[in-house]
Amino acid sequence: MKEFFKFVQKEFLHIFRDKRTILIVLVMPVVQIILFGFAISTDINNVRVDIVGDIRDNKVREIAERIDNNKYLDVVSEYEFVTMINDRFRRGKSDVAVCFEQDFSKKLEKENSASVRIIGDGSDPNSAQVIANYVMGIINDENLELGQGGIDRGGEMEKMMPPVKYQYNPMMKSSYNFVPGVMGLILMLICSMMTAISIVREKETGAMELLLVSPVKPIWIIISKALPYMVLSAVNLVTIFLFSHYVLNVLVRGSLSLIAFVSFIFILTSLALGLLISIMASTQRVALLISGMGMMMPTMIFSGIIFPCESMPVVLQYVSDIIPAKWYIIMIKKIMIEGVGIAYILKELSILSLMAFILLFTSVKLFKTRL
Amino acid sequence: MENGNIIEVKGLTKKFGTFTAVDNISFDVKKGEIFGFLGANGAGKTTAMKILCGLSKPTSCEGYVAGFDINSEQEKIKHHIGYMSQKFSLYSDLKVWENIRLFGGIYGLKRKDIAQRTEVIIKTLGMQDWKDSLVGTIPQGWKQKLAFSIAMIHEPQIVFLDEPTGGVDPETRRKFWEMIYDASEKGITIFVTTHYMDEAEYCDRVSIMVDGRIEAIDSPKALKEKYRVNNMDSVFRILAGGALRQ
Repeated sequence: MKEFFKFVQKEFLHIFRDKRTILIVLVMPVVQIILFGFAISTDINNVRVDIVGDIRDNKVREIAERIDNNKYLDVVSEYEFVTMINDRFRRGKSDVAVCFEQDFSKKLEKENSASVRIIGDGSDPNSAQVIANYVMGIINDENLELGQGGIDRGGEMEKMMPPVKYQYNPMMKSSYNFVPGVMGLILMLICSMMTAISIVREKETGAMELLLVSPVKPIWIIISKALPYMVLSAVNLVTIFLFSHYVLNVLVRGSLSLIAFVSFIFILTSLALGLLISIMASTQRVALLISGMGMMMPTMIFSGIIFPCESMPVVLQYVSDIIPAKWYIIMIKKIMIEGVGIAYILKELSILSLMAFILLFTSVKLFKTRL
Repeated sequence: MENGNIIEVKGLTKKFGTFTAVDNISFDVKKGEIFGFLGANGAGKTTAMKILCGLSKPTSCEGYVAGFDINSEQEKIKHHIGYMSQKFSLYSDLKVWENIRLFGGIYGLKRKDIAQRTEVIIKTLGMQDWKDSLVGTIPQGWKQKLAFSIAMIHEPQIVFLDEPTGGVDPETRRKFWEMIYDASEKGITIFVTTHYMDEAEYCDRVSIMVDGRIEAIDSPKALKEKYRVNNMDSVFRILAGGALRQ
């Protein structure tokens, strides 16, 4: 055991002597949280709306004000001719145009229906859809207040629009989605990439031989390599939580100890992956490439951080099932946002544990035979 | 052990698939001797040495290293041998005394013993000024001497040196061999591989491996007489010249 602590001490020295790396490792989660929280946020803010039609019309005025009063939408311009919309979009002056037909109020009173059309700039389909939905929601509110008399929205007759409310994350903040994602990514990065590289470095310099001719058992060498990175990941987890709580106001509903436990299982899985990489790679460069392209990319794409797994083709959904981070992120989301207990994440937890077990078993086995 | 041999190997063979890296070699090394293990690149000497150190298992072999069975007591062997290679000397991002402490710790020395041996090593090498320097910042020659001292920190019976003087200047090499002689006088057996034939002359006995087999094993003097040449370089050329593996 004493030999083991000497090793752990040495690993910590390696880490702390390498100032640049430690800085990156400790600052990275903070940067990612801030990046995702503010820059890469998928929330739509400050949407610029054009009102096209007769602005003196009472009803049009009313709807325009309603749109302007919405905190996500701003009416930036009002004009009469539909032909101008194209120009405005091209110049990037507005995101969406709401067009009212001539004599809007009159028609509404007389015929009990009048048409309005929402024209969105579709060059960014995702945000266009979200924006169109926002605007539609506001017009629908108006619609409901008008009683049975509805507004005919460009031929699409949907007079009854059920009010939608989101039970969890009612504000639909994207932070609730990416905080677990960032946790998954960071843990994966630190535990597998850093561990793999630190083991391969010993192989590359020849130090591994020196350690293996010593009486210390290989398994202790591995554990001593992994332990410091476990500690670092724990530190990172705490920073991520503090930042998401105090800077992004993402509240954790579930129990912190359950999150810690689930994270521990995920850390084990990542460490085992790192170990596998270190067995495959003979140089640090290869290790970096394998963990970067072979692990980080699939994790980014398939774990549901960016693209929801449910909307992938079935084949790719199966692929996403073998990504450990996917299960981890699902669990963290459930615990953090829905505040569920362990009973509700049993399936995911057992899948992840099984992965951890299989990976650890094979990598330790391979590690012994390869050396 | 009774006959004064610290290493006894009979029929050592190592196969990787169909390739026989080491082909049925047998030899003895006497206690306290400097044994040169020579051979061209790919002759199988590194493989054989790894087996002696317990780094890899032989396909078949009988024998003892430091009194322990090669097949069944590899872990015990590890306590009684030291190892140093040219490729890696020490951790360059650790300080001199931290390296000493680390390897002392790995071999299970007590804190008190480590402190005392650190003092001795630093003093013997005259490295007082560099005690707190990172190993990466000290000259190569010093690193090597330090690495050799550290390889003997647990007072092993045998020290394996794998091309220990690769890439250093002749003067440093000479000083390094003085250290080897000192160790040998204290009764430590030195098992050394090298590509420098002038170093082979310093050994008590040498073996020359060609294509996985030991072609010759004797004292440098006897070998030179046998092949009627005046230096080890010529002996090596005669023997290794016919090698099939390059």
